[in-house]
Parts: sequence; structure tokens; C-alpha cells
Amino acid sequence: MKTDELIPHLFRQEYAKMTAVLCRHFGLRHIEIAEDIASDTFLKASENWAINGVPENPSAWLYTVAKNKLKDSLKHISVFDTKVSNEITLNETQVDKEFEFDSQIIADSQLAMIFAVCNPANAGESQICLALQILCGFSVEEIATAFFAKKETIKKRLQRARVNLRNDNFKIQTLTSIEIESRLQFVLRTLYLLFNEGYYSATNDRQIRTELCSEATRLTLLLTENTLTNTAEVNALLALMCFQSSRLNARTDQNGTTVLFEEQDRTLWDRQLIQRGNYYLVNATNDSTQYRTKYHLEAGIAYWHTTSDANKWIHILHLYNQLLLIEYSPATALNRAFVFSKIYGCEKAIQEAEKLNLTESNYYHELLGYLYADINIEKALYHYGQAVENTKSKKERQTLQREIIRLKTSV
Amino acid sequence: MKEFALIFRLSDIADFQPSPEQMQERMNWLGGIAAQNKLVDKGNTLLPAPGTAKTVKSDNVVTDGPYTEIKEFISGYIVVRAETIEEAVAMAKGNPIFKIGGSIEVREVLKRN
Repeated sequence: MKTDELIPHLFRQEYAKMTAVLCRHFGLRHIEIAEDIASDTFLKASENWAINGVPENPSAWLYTVAKNKLKDSLKHISVFDTKVSNEITLNETQVDKEFEFDSQIIADSQLAMIFAVCNPANAGESQICLALQILCGFSVEEIATAFFAKKETIKKRLQRARVNLRNDNFKIQTLTSIEIESRLQFVLRTLYLLFNEGYYSATNDRQIRTELCSEATRLTLLLTENTLTNTAEVNALLALMCFQSSRLNARTDQNGTTVLFEEQDRTLWDRQLIQRGNYYLVNATNDSTQYRTKYHLEAGIAYWHTTSDANKWIHILHLYNQLLLIEYSPATALNRAFVFSKIYGCEKAIQEAEKLNLTESNYYHELLGYLYADINIEKALYHYGQAVENTKSKKERQTLQREIIRLKTSV
Repeated sequence: MKEFALIFRLSDIADFQPSPEQMQERMNWLGGIAAQNKLVDKGNTLLPAPGTAKTVKSDNVVTDGPYTEIKEFISGYIVVRAETIEEAVAMAKGNPIFKIGGSIEVREVLKRN
């Protein structure tokens, strides 16, 4: 990463952390005041550091400035006796004592903020947008790029989500086990979706995609650092993210076109990430009460993909079978049919695939096109044609059309 | 869509412990139904061994085992979703239980309120 990219990147994360710490004082009802103070602080830093150079301890510098701004703001509020004054009752000494950049307070506030954002009142996509804005410090433009959506759409989605966040009365303080129990599932779901948004994103912007994945991983890692949230399921999700991330660089070529799994250059796989994945997967199996969650199964599938074991497809099929018993999804059903072909051949897999009858899905037709390619070229061409009609992605259409031409010329 | 219970029966208690290959076939069959989003309930296995199965009859008569008049015993059940009973029967036909002389009873579920 270049220096001019590195600084906004660091600022973004520090900004999110600082907002979380400030929300301990203002509460989520007044999250905007906390955000204003945090952005003022970083504005001041960028002006000051450009002239005087980066201070020896940048973090201490930032929190000292923020602390002063917080005191000013509280004074200001009490002078004008605004509506918020009733709710903000801290005096300055308390601020001095509490508003330290103690790493424990920062970590606790961040963790609490994750749980606050993952409010079940918000729909999945709104939660992801909110998480990107509040937990990761992404701008509306960046979120719009990630979702391949208009800025206005994202703004509206965020506004609605923020209303729920403000009205939720969730306290930014050290989490209790009751809060954790009631929300951990939503937190994991959001982080999982956030990761997938990066991994399978509609956008071709490779940098944004990688950032979404690494942000989701960073937040999940944070959960493992607190004993209350370091559960088997959290470790399974983290293992899944590590395994998937290890292939990020091999998944697209220089033009941004998706490279099929079997054609990926395995030397591009990140061995270190695979080892991290193995480590978390072992942690995930320590607790026998929570052995087979969805994340365990998906992490298991991702694990087998990293190996060259002769029987790996049998293991993968078994895991897909179990995954479908827990939660049906068309994508899982299609993946299962593909894996079926690896063990039992294309003819049997066609029978499995055709039963799915997902005729609206381009992936369904793409799979059947692939399975029929060596058996019945007419049918293969028909299904690839249907896939072209149903896909919304330009890149995918190009890949499919190349395949159609290849099949036609091979006759 | 209607719901149907598929009730599995075996005649030989030795078949109750499946081999890994049988397990795999059974799991593929179940996964295939789930992949069509037609599995309502993955059901349960019903243990037939002494100490795990008894039959209670009138006059306080309690016998060991799940057997009534015939030797066949129920080994488990699942619930599937299908348009017609014929569709449910077609699903049942794919189950590997027939290779070991078992049978499947297909019964439409009437939900109690």
C-alpha cells in the first residue's frame, strides 16, 4: 500500500475506534456528536501533522485532542442547556478519569459498538452498510462502490438504520453475557455477509473487495480477543474467512475476470493464511457442545479445498449435505451438485442438478452447461444460452460467450 | 404443497448399524432432498436395541423391543414437502434402504392445530 493510501486507511480505523470510545459518554442517541468530535480531531491531525510532522505517539496525540474537544463539547452543552444536557451528566473529572486511551477501554467500546450495530431490527443489507460506516469508517461513496449502488440509495439505507441504532438504547460499555447471548448470532451473520459482500461482490474494484474481506476478518478477530465472545462458532467463522482470503489473489486475473477454482495458480494461495485458518479451525472444535454450526461446515469445506487429498470431494459432499440440512440455499444446492459430479460423474450429477429446477438462476444453467459439455453439446449450448440471458454481470456474460464459441468450434 | 412422513422399516436388527458406505449413500439421498428445499424435518433415528425399546400393551403388559406382530421394526423417519403423494413416493424410491431389505411407508401429514 502506498503512503497516500496508508494514511486514510489508518485514519479510517482509528476514527471508528474513537467514535466508539466517545459513545461511552454520549450514548448512541447522540452518536453524531461523537462522530463530529472524531472527525474534527482527525482534521486537526492532518493539518497539524502536515506542518509539524507526525508526533512520536500519534495515538496519544489524537486522544488528547479528542479529550479536550469532548470537555469543550460538554461545557458547551451545559452552557446552552440543550435537550441533551439531561442525559449527559458527566463532570470534567470523570471525563479525565474515564476518557483514557486505555487499550482495554478502546477494545471494549469497539466490541460493544459491533453488537450495537448488529441490531436485528435492521435488514441484512442495512446492517452491512451501517457496519461499514460506523465500525470501519467507510464513506458513503466507498459503500456505494462496494454495493455497486447509487449514493442516494446507500444514504437512505443508512438513515433508516441509524434511526434504529439511536432508538435502541444499547449502551456502549463493557458487554454483559446477556447482551452477548442475545446478539452474537446477528453479529456473526453480519460479519459473514460483510465478508461475502467482498468475496462475491458485484463490483470489480479489487481494492474495495479486498478491504471488505479484511475488515470483516479484523472485526471477527476482535471477537476472539474477548473471553466472552471467543466461542467455537466465532473461531469457525474466522477460520472460514482465513481459508477464503488465502485464495483472494488467485481468484481474479489481471483483468478482474474470475478464475475458476481448478484453474487457479496454487502458488498464489497465501500459505500463512491457510495456517491461520487451520489454527482457528482447531480452536473451533474444542467446544463439543457447538460442534456443527453452519460456520463449522463452511470452514470445513473451505479447509478441504486447500488440500490435495484424494478423498477430499467425498468429505466436501458430506459437508454440503449437512449444510443443506441446517439451512437451504440455492447456492449451496448448486455447489453440492457440482461436487457430486466430482465423485459420481457428470451423468449422475445432471440428475441431481435438474431436480433443483432453479430455472431463473444463471448459475443453475451455467452448472448444467458445464455438466452437459461432454455428454450432449446441444443441451450444453442451450443452458449456456439461458445463463447468458439470466446473468446481470457483463464479465460473466463474456466468459460464458467464450465457452459457447469454444463448444461450437469443437463440434 | 403437502407434507409427508417417510417412515423407515428394517427387518434385520443387524442392518441397523450401517456401514460407512451405506451412511454415505443415505446422507447423499437426504442431502438431495434438502437441496430441492423439500426437507421439512430431518427427523430422528429410533433405537431398536434392548433397553432402548419397549412396547406397552393393555393390561400393563410391557414387552422388550419394538416388535408387535411382525418382526419388522421402525428405524426412523423424516418429513418431506411434495405436491402429491406420487412425488413423495418418487423421493422415497431413491433411498438405499431397499438394498438391505428395508421398506418405507409414505404417509400424508395432517397437522393438528
